[in-house]
Amino acid sequence: MLTLQGKSVFTGIAIGPLALFHRNTISTAPRAIDDAEAEVQRFQKARTEAVLQLQKLYEKAVEKIGEEQAAVFEVHQMMLDDDDYIESIEGKIRETMLNAEAAVEQTAQQFADMFRAMDDAYMQARAADVLDISRRIEQQLCGGPSIDFSKYDHVIIAADDLAPSETLQLDTDKILGFVTSSGSTNSHTAILARTLGIAAVVNTGTQIHNDVDGMMAIIDGTTGTVYIDPDQETLCQMTERQQQLKKQQEKLETVRGVATETKDGKKIRLYANIGNPDNLPQAILNDAEGIGLFRSEFLYLENTAYPTEEQQFEAYKTTAETMAGKTVVIRTLDIGADKKVDYFGLDAEANPALGMRAIRICLTRPSLFKTQLRALLRASAYGKIAIMFPMIISVDEIRQCKSLLQNVRLELDNQGIAYDKQMEIGIMIETPAAAIMSDELAKEVDFFSIGSNDLTQYTLAIDRQQTTLDAFFDSHHPAVLRLIQQTIENGHKAGIWVGICGELGADLTLTETFLKMGIDEISVSPSSILPLRQKIRSISLL
Amino acid sequence: MKEFTFIVTDPQGIHARPAGLLVKEAKKYASAITLVKGERTGDAKKIFAVMALGVKQGESVTVTIHGADEATAAEAMEEFFKENF
Repeated sequence: MLTLQGKSVFTGIAIGPLALFHRNTISTAPRAIDDAEAEVQRFQKARTEAVLQLQKLYEKAVEKIGEEQAAVFEVHQMMLDDDDYIESIEGKIRETMLNAEAAVEQTAQQFADMFRAMDDAYMQARAADVLDISRRIEQQLCGGPSIDFSKYDHVIIAADDLAPSETLQLDTDKILGFVTSSGSTNSHTAILARTLGIAAVVNTGTQIHNDVDGMMAIIDGTTGTVYIDPDQETLCQMTERQQQLKKQQEKLETVRGVATETKDGKKIRLYANIGNPDNLPQAILNDAEGIGLFRSEFLYLENTAYPTEEQQFEAYKTTAETMAGKTVVIRTLDIGADKKVDYFGLDAEANPALGMRAIRICLTRPSLFKTQLRALLRASAYGKIAIMFPMIISVDEIRQCKSLLQNVRLELDNQGIAYDKQMEIGIMIETPAAAIMSDELAKEVDFFSIGSNDLTQYTLAIDRQQTTLDAFFDSHHPAVLRLIQQTIENGHKAGIWVGICGELGADLTLTETFLKMGIDEISVSPSSILPLRQKIRSISLL
Repeated sequence: MKEFTFIVTDPQGIHARPAGLLVKEAKKYASAITLVKGERTGDAKKIFAVMALGVKQGESVTVTIHGADEATAAEAMEEFFKENF
């Protein structure tokens, strides 16, 4: 059994024989020509044919996936009709007596480079579109249409990468899923696979060779794992999981893309918790309406020295851009207690949970904190970021944070660096002190997010890590629920929104209680989103 | 010559699909239509030129229209920007 790990595009499970995806070979090797005008004619004929194909593909796509998703093929047609693109190709043919195939390929690479050089993750991914449309012309030049999909029947396709146009032609009744060694979860191919509901894993980083062609394989889209030639045990397990998943998904699919609201029409913002930008596809895949908790610690935990402003900026910017205007709440550094990092040089403590952690480290080491605040503010220009401070116990701490933030804003103003001037600022309510003082704290911020895990541990004085205390631990303890209720009421009195981002948010037995308390937002792990939406839609508050 | 300036409020800016719509709209008119963002300009009738500007939310774009039907074109383009970006 061979196991590959890639990135999941759609959380389905596919089991079946692997089929290596073959394209008709295209040669784009440069070769000298004698008659430039004839070569230009040859290029134009191929281009016109490619535009026609795309026109047909567009019509097919409208029918299959709807006008909005199909628009990419219309944009592809426009690209083939673009004057600059055509001039570049014809220029190369005429000026350097180059064959059409090579002229198209060289132009394609130049235009793709232009996109790759742009500072926006979405635009960078558009390089694939240029290469896709160019390949279509090249195929025409090399003797006509290319791929015969009809030969693939009940197989899992394995390829280096698939173009959006190729993905669309996959007959979903016959193709069980696909796995690619490269490709991004941001590509149109990935988006199409999601829309079409094809189990897919991309970016495994491993080229699949002829020797596995025809072998049994399993794509586990829930984890991004691919098993080739699985053993009997794995096969049995995965077959069973496939059945379960199918049943669950049939139910959950009915709430994808619909509003998160109660029967009587109260809307709840349903966001995802993520610990790393790598989790973004999972959040999008599960229909998150925003990111309610982005734990910024990963930047510090994965490093052997303090992450630079640029490193942080890139991670926050990518997240903001990928969420394309949806809210992304980023929690500032929450290290200490159970999350230790050597290079911070923190002293050993008798009670780490009650010790130097989170905002306490940040306010003790303001220069470290300012680096993060600068990265966050700069990234706020690229989407809708909100900042959230953890472990707050007093009004004074919030004021210190805001004053540092204000200093950073002035610095950026002086340097002429853009940031979102309307960016929301909030705090975690995860200490009993914060919950009790929430009426005062609410006057200082734009939102509260209740961190139920720590709030429970601090309220009950029970160490979460110590399993021998499980008998005393009650996650539904009325003291915790009262504090939550108080926090929501106080937040609303001050006119701010209140969310919950701890594990209790995903506890379906408490959903109705929280809704009745008036919660505005619930942020849970991506896989809990659809079940929670289903639950919310079944509740009536009247 | 006509011109107007527009601040993009759409969170996604002018990305691929809206860029396509923009080009389609611009091509309806005979006038030359140019987008100006900072020091860079792009022909509104060319998809790659529009995408290469990489216009994002909050950025301001000046649209200049020059030609026989510039009055109608300017009005229609301004309407189009308001509706789509």
